[in-house]
Amino acid sequence: MPGLGTSYGRGGATTFLMDLQRTDCMVVMGSNFAENHPVGFRFVMKAQQQGAKLIHIDPRFTRTSALADLYAPIRAGSDIVFLGALINYVIQNERYFKDYVVNYTNAATLINPAYGSHNVDDDGFFTGFQPDAKPTPRYDTQSWQYQTEQGGVQQGNQPAQGTPETTTSSFSARVGQLLGGAPRTDPTLQDPNCVFQILKRHYSRYTPELVEEVCGTPRETFLEIARTLADNSGPERTAAFAYAVAWTQHTTGVQMIRTASILQLLLGNIGRPGGGILALRGHATIQGSTDVPTLYNILPGYLPIPTVQKNHETLGDYFAAETPPTGFFSNMPKYMVSLLKSWYGPAATRENDYAFDYLPRINGDHSHLPMFVDMYEGRIKGFMAMGQNPAVGGQNAGMQREALARLDWLVVKDLFLTETATFWKNAPEVQSGKLKTADIKTEVFFFPAAAVPEIDGSYTNTFRLVQWHDKAADPPEDARSDMHFTYHLGDRLKKLYANSTDPKDRALRDMTWDYLGDPEGHEFTIPDEPSAEKVMEEINGWKVGPDGKAALRPDGKIDLVNGFGDLRDDGSTACGVWIYSGIFTVREGQYVNAARNRKADEYASLGWGYAWPANRRALYNRASAKPDGTPWSERKKLVWWDAGAQRWTGYDVPDFIANKPPTARADWAKGGMDAHAGTDPFIMKADGKGWLFAPSGTVDGPLPAHYEPYESPMQNRVYKQHVNPITKIYTPKNAAGELANPYATDANPLKAAVVDTQKFPYVVTTYRLTEHHLSGAMSRWLPWLAELQPEMFIEMSPQLAKELNIANTEMVIVESPRGRIECKALVTPRLQPLRMGATIQHQVGMPIHWGYEGEVTGASANDLAALVADPNVSIHEGKAFVVNIRKKS
Amino acid sequence: MAKGFFTDSTLCIGCKACEVACKQWNRLPADGYALSGNSYDNTGWLSGTTWRHVQFVEQFDAGQARWLMNSDVCKHCVQAACLEVCPTGAIIRTEFDTVYIQPDVCNGCRDCIAACPFGVIETNPDGIAQKCTLCYDRLQNGLEPACAKSCPTESIQFGEVDELVARAQARVQTLRASANPAYKSAYLYGVPGDGYTEEIGGLNAFHLLLDTPDKYGLPERPKLGSRATVPSQLGGVLTGALLALGAAISFRNRGARHDRDGGAATTTTTTTREV
Repeated sequence: MPGLGTSYGRGGATTFLMDLQRTDCMVVMGSNFAENHPVGFRFVMKAQQQGAKLIHIDPRFTRTSALADLYAPIRAGSDIVFLGALINYVIQNERYFKDYVVNYTNAATLINPAYGSHNVDDDGFFTGFQPDAKPTPRYDTQSWQYQTEQGGVQQGNQPAQGTPETTTSSFSARVGQLLGGAPRTDPTLQDPNCVFQILKRHYSRYTPELVEEVCGTPRETFLEIARTLADNSGPERTAAFAYAVAWTQHTTGVQMIRTASILQLLLGNIGRPGGGILALRGHATIQGSTDVPTLYNILPGYLPIPTVQKNHETLGDYFAAETPPTGFFSNMPKYMVSLLKSWYGPAATRENDYAFDYLPRINGDHSHLPMFVDMYEGRIKGFMAMGQNPAVGGQNAGMQREALARLDWLVVKDLFLTETATFWKNAPEVQSGKLKTADIKTEVFFFPAAAVPEIDGSYTNTFRLVQWHDKAADPPEDARSDMHFTYHLGDRLKKLYANSTDPKDRALRDMTWDYLGDPEGHEFTIPDEPSAEKVMEEINGWKVGPDGKAALRPDGKIDLVNGFGDLRDDGSTACGVWIYSGIFTVREGQYVNAARNRKADEYASLGWGYAWPANRRALYNRASAKPDGTPWSERKKLVWWDAGAQRWTGYDVPDFIANKPPTARADWAKGGMDAHAGTDPFIMKADGKGWLFAPSGTVDGPLPAHYEPYESPMQNRVYKQHVNPITKIYTPKNAAGELANPYATDANPLKAAVVDTQKFPYVVTTYRLTEHHLSGAMSRWLPWLAELQPEMFIEMSPQLAKELNIANTEMVIVESPRGRIECKALVTPRLQPLRMGATIQHQVGMPIHWGYEGEVTGASANDLAALVADPNVSIHEGKAFVVNIRKKS
Repeated sequence: MAKGFFTDSTLCIGCKACEVACKQWNRLPADGYALSGNSYDNTGWLSGTTWRHVQFVEQFDAGQARWLMNSDVCKHCVQAACLEVCPTGAIIRTEFDTVYIQPDVCNGCRDCIAACPFGVIETNPDGIAQKCTLCYDRLQNGLEPACAKSCPTESIQFGEVDELVARAQARVQTLRASANPAYKSAYLYGVPGDGYTEEIGGLNAFHLLLDTPDKYGLPERPKLGSRATVPSQLGGVLTGALLALGAAISFRNRGARHDRDGGAATTTTTTTREV
């Protein structure tokens, strides 16, 4: 999540669910909190019962809107205009929290004067735009950099060579690297090159009138929200934001999150109780699967992955390129060496760069969408789908199913025979005759999966809280845990290569792989099940003994480290995921898996589970105190400086150097954490400040700017440039050379064809319902859930239904440039046409849950979605595209 | 002491966890798969196999934008018409002051279905009358009913009826005093003196509502059934001997079942609703 990471340092929710009960104003935008996170929503309702205002801004009136004090309709994809106008309102009306902004953000920092040489307002491009860059346009970020006290300009992060960008997810990219002297500031915020003045100029055109015209939100509704938000921010009051994938799934998704991040900094709502930004995660442990990543472009704990796009030749080169000289991440080499020791054990030595060369170097974007493009074009031979159902959940899902048909082999491991497992006989393409089963050469292997109650393990929830769960029963028959499958696959591969002398096989041979559980005293009957707690021990980390393996304590148990503070870059420690270190430790001789802790209280519940990092619940919580260390107000106390004990203390674990006094001066030359003063709460960031302006970390601009969704019926009314000029556009071609998307004619957004919105005049957004989970693989097979939402539908307003002569529950045909589906119309006044100036714009909505297998079946909304993506994170634009609708005659 | 439910519709987020928890605990089958077109309500009404039902009322006219939700359930009436009319004594008042249909005693005569002023009871696929038991088996084991346990927002609260009424009355006062104009109309349906349910002596499962009862499909003045052939006290006498058997039968597997490996998921007793 570079949106949050670039702004604050870490790509995780800044706050915790229980803290929402302390908010005075909850803004839910880009999320349907009540429907998709009903258990967490209880804390919002608690706040409401204590007088807090709940605001919901959404294209549809949902079950969240039903509970809201204020609901505002918005056109899908126009969020930056709405949020930008809030920023403008806060600045113009001087409603920002000045002491917070001056001390805790980079508002006072001066930017390269070259930035001002070109006004983004002219055309929609920031300075440094390189329209002719190969293969697609990009930004040179030098003009976005900080000025230094010495009168120069800093050097930014080492840029990756070539596009597309693939390295923005690591801490190195997020925290920034400020090379070349301390940043120059103007605490009066008057210098025209200071961030505050740049911000003020940039958002001055984002007015309530523009909101009405572009978002379709009535001006008065917007102003009421702006007033409510401002009234509930400041020393005595706080406001919180919650978002989910309705912000991320846009070609400007990262910048939408950035806009809210800037707004929350201006209002002084980050690091404070009842404040923050909660990134609501849509799967039980999706936070965990980025922390301990299933992603292709980061190593565990957001360490940067080695890439050929930078000088990562040796470990020393890699450290030189990726270690920020200032801020907490200057400790990075300790975490990297400990990771290599964890993976390769005795084989990782100082002499061989701790086996750094065993790691593959990535060479480009291999995220989900380009992977399926490669598959569609025949460059991928085999694929494993575990806990994933791309035949329904993938964008342009018809293309993804055809891609599966070009594989040699496919492994599906799931609870049921999902659509991905049976595409070769039941896909719509097979039904229509476009694909013939006899011609599909893909060999499909199905492995039945164990369900959660049948395995030991942990979840990392939406606010970084790791909670352990114990196995309650054996899985039926051949069903096995994913860990069982992965462990034994690794074990067999190791045996297969055990005698190889080929140097390229050394990584596999030297890989540590000791996870089998103790078969003795086991109440369950699968003897070769790996131990989840052994994995957790490695995640936590241990001291390395003389034999290069885990050091043992006198009692024969592993000598675990107590936290990431114990980790070293000399090979004396091993740690699988540095940010989780401290989760599994020895306290008073007892092994404690803190994720098992179940001691709750009325608020922070520090004794319940374990939140990374170091069990801190609200990140950046030093900002809950004034620069002098005392709370901003009694009502909003969280963490403060205890002058007597000379330590930070409070209701939460301080997210700060525990004994660093508020009076500590910054010493830039010394680097590391010494470069931060005792007043710098954003400890991960190179300068310790919250970033209103981002000199690095986002590839599509230092400040968010509104561009239209890639498919939009409306011309961009904010800038001349219509769409994000460095949008990722994928252009898959089938064997006959035909485009899967006829409008995706070029990967360059400045050259690609524009969709014909006469043919596809309606804005559609896609979403989940409470009753189902994602592609339905965990819900459509269950009759109790299936009966609650049994059929695929498209929600539309009574006005649109009347125009199209469609009655409630009638079958309709929905078409996009990628395909057509049939489903029932659900006509409801919860959707309303938007009035945008003189124009009326219809919006419709489709849930994403149905496919051709299961207890209930139906068309897949994702068949219609486009393969375009945010340039920072390659997340598709599933939340705003265009369709046509007609009655099925 | 009487046990019951206080269902606060202002706290309902329409998640239907109560419906699912009820069906799971009581092993009730799904009722068929058809999109009703009536908002997000696809289970329609309370029946012999749906004992909790979440209502969705969309009110978007005259400048109003409101989506009411309410989890409906058997009211466990203080004077229960169903119990009064039951000719076999199958319907009893339990030690928790709840109204319970003993499945093994019911002969499927349907008199109770006709008598219930709330339309709560229907026959199940086995042909016997069924409805919410207030999780009789859970209560006997010191557990709260499955719906209340699963409700994430405390919209469904379980407890002693007297305590629930006091809590509900305080909640109404708070809502009416709040700045939100939508809450000015908050009231209780089913408590003593509510102006609606006096004739049946109130409800042990009562609701906090925002609009008039008819908007939630509730009668303005629920009446006792005309046939009161079996006094409720008599039903109570029969209780003890039949309890154990009734509880055992309630565990029979009438529920949904699937074939984990095949994808050929089946439901043992799926009926298709007429919509």
